[in-house]
Amino acid sequence: MMSPYTLVVLVAFVGLGSVALYAVFGGADFGGGVWDSLASGPRRDEQRELIEHAVGPVWETNHVWLIFLVVLLFTCFPPAFAALATGLFVPLTFALAGIILRGAAYAFRASATFDPGLSGFWGHVFGIASIITPFFFGTAVGGLTVGGYAWNSPFALGTGALAVVLCAQIAAIFLTLETAESALREDFRRRAIGSTLALAAMGGLLLTLARVTSPATFAALTRPEARAGVAVAMLLGLLVLALLFAGRLLAARFVVALETFAVLAGWYAEQAPYIIPGTLTYRAAAAPPITLEVFLWFTAAGGVVLVPSLLLLFRVFKSEPQAPASDEAG
Amino acid sequence: MDHLAAARAQMGTSLAFHYIFAALGVGLPLLLAVVEGLWLRTRNPDYYRLARTWARAMLLLFAIGAVSGTTLSFELGLLWPAFMAAAGAIVGIPFSAEGFAFFIEAIFVGIYLYGWDRLSPRAHWLCSFPIVISGALSAAFVTAVNAWMNTPVGFRFAGGKMTDIDPIAGMFSPAMPTEVLHTTLSAYVFTAFAVAAVYAAALIRSPGDRMAAAALRVAMLAGAVAIPLQIVVGDVSARFDANVEPVKFASEEALFATERGAALQVGGIPDQQARVTHYAIRIPYLLSILAFENPQAEVRGLDAFDRSDEPPVAAVHLCFDLMVGSGTTLLLIAGWWALATRLGRRNPKPWLARAILASGFLAFVAMEAGWMVTEEGRQPWIAVGFLRTAAGVTTAPAVDLAFYGFTLLYFFLAITLAVLLLRLHARDTPEPPAAALRRAA
Repeated sequence: MMSPYTLVVLVAFVGLGSVALYAVFGGADFGGGVWDSLASGPRRDEQRELIEHAVGPVWETNHVWLIFLVVLLFTCFPPAFAALATGLFVPLTFALAGIILRGAAYAFRASATFDPGLSGFWGHVFGIASIITPFFFGTAVGGLTVGGYAWNSPFALGTGALAVVLCAQIAAIFLTLETAESALREDFRRRAIGSTLALAAMGGLLLTLARVTSPATFAALTRPEARAGVAVAMLLGLLVLALLFAGRLLAARFVVALETFAVLAGWYAEQAPYIIPGTLTYRAAAAPPITLEVFLWFTAAGGVVLVPSLLLLFRVFKSEPQAPASDEAG
Repeated sequence: MDHLAAARAQMGTSLAFHYIFAALGVGLPLLLAVVEGLWLRTRNPDYYRLARTWARAMLLLFAIGAVSGTTLSFELGLLWPAFMAAAGAIVGIPFSAEGFAFFIEAIFVGIYLYGWDRLSPRAHWLCSFPIVISGALSAAFVTAVNAWMNTPVGFRFAGGKMTDIDPIAGMFSPAMPTEVLHTTLSAYVFTAFAVAAVYAAALIRSPGDRMAAAALRVAMLAGAVAIPLQIVVGDVSARFDANVEPVKFASEEALFATERGAALQVGGIPDQQARVTHYAIRIPYLLSILAFENPQAEVRGLDAFDRSDEPPVAAVHLCFDLMVGSGTTLLLIAGWWALATRLGRRNPKPWLARAILASGFLAFVAMEAGWMVTEEGRQPWIAVGFLRTAAGVTTAPAVDLAFYGFTLLYFFLAITLAVLLLRLHARDTPEPPAAALRRAA
């Protein structure tokens, strides 16, 4: 049998993995909503259509990473879950309201095409909710990082803004490859470059905010382990920019995912071995080994069923319709 | 509003809202699998159109169910952190199993909705099966958690904490089998009668509508199978309560004093202070017979237990009677339908159609009232015998504001959804592929 320590490490990495996947896939969804509300220029409607088409098949499926994370937290680290849910009650409640509104608005907008006013209204709700949700998740992470659950501190608000920009960047890069039309692709390539620059600026601003308002956070962020994560994230950001300029869009898509992982790794390294800085370590918060073990077995068994199902899903999406196009895009 | 009341109200609203979508999410795929199977067999285009229409409804319902379910997973922590800190290591396991079942369901809903023209007709039909199975499994896993709260096992209780945890034993708690069956069946009952009601309304408006007649037949057949099963399982559940959860049972039956040869009390107004039930219809010996199959059997009343462990008796008893009354009426309507239409071979006459229309509402009432019985009947405990609800609640501020906000939000969403579902016309769906019809001819 595995040692309790190994179990904690495994479960923690499964948890971080789901954070990373949620950040990339959920981030692309939220970012799609951001660009939906910022749609502009001569191809405004085409941009919205592209977003709807690209997000459509997977739009709520990506919440499973979040649900998985929540379940993992309360199963494997119950006291940490309780502490987080109590301390970060306000931002998490807002993020939750955003999730409800976003999912409902997306479905409503697509079903309300018979009434342009109604579908337009839900379109706005969709865009706003797509901004609110990552913003408040970001403030929750920021509040956790600075300590005292200060989600409304300058650093935490900055983290919220950074989360929104990160989502916008991921989505813009993702969307460049979802259209065959070069003008539309160019629209999103320009947006991708702009949001990558904005992300760099936000990152710098956040470090400055930490230095000014929370020296302890700044010290932790510049610890060697965390510094490595931050530095790698910055380098990857530069690489994304270069690839975007060179028009190497597929490569940019992979590198932006790596960049997101590096940001999260930096954050993890900043506060490890604490799950809640200064109060609770991963080991102290862990459930009994038997629970961790059963959880890991269930995860493995679930994966065995999930992977082939997902492959089938992708195969169906990639295949060409045999008859006139289906109307089920919404 | 105090903390506990606000938290319970928010959880209750979220669950009651989610239950509707969860139930339709479990039940509708089964009806879809049936009509699509009928389409493949008979090549009757009405079945194809029904399948396409219901698939669109399934997408909407699934979307709302997914977000309201995500909400609940957060609310477990936002509202009941102390409970989750104490019990998470046990109840988390069925929740994680449910997570995977939900993921599979989401994937196959995606394949199903986008695969109409991309898969062979048979392969497409087969893709409805994983949706049906994972939907039922989701319901089973989540209900297993609720069953554990009623009959917690799989740990030792020492110094106010749960130790020696066995999460697998926790998943198979004593209340699990009956509660899982009863809850999962409720999803099929509700879906069947809700769908039947929609098409009964359509038939009342335009009696010649052949597609509505076909839909009504499928839905009523499902209802006519599900409701008798549900009543049998309900009876088993009540007897389980009589033996294992006697406080809940006494509250369901509004029985204050322990009695031999106890009468069944139907309706009435239980007065918990005065320890009497006013204006109830009393049927002698029936409660003893129903609970223990013996007219002289002793049934423990609430006087056999500590008064501080009592749930709100009036709410539990009246919801229980509402559930049983609605369920029995559903059985009668299903029987009437089966006889009068010879299992759907004829169209229902106007009065039967009106009764079926009402059955949709009754099924909703039965389901939600049943849920209230489970939840109110467990009070004042969150995990019976070990943790009080009041000890599980959050200490975060502004819980009442969150409750008002979420209630408003749900209200707003429910209205929009109802409007959109009512606008979901079959005539907007694509025609069946011409090749398939030629094959049939």
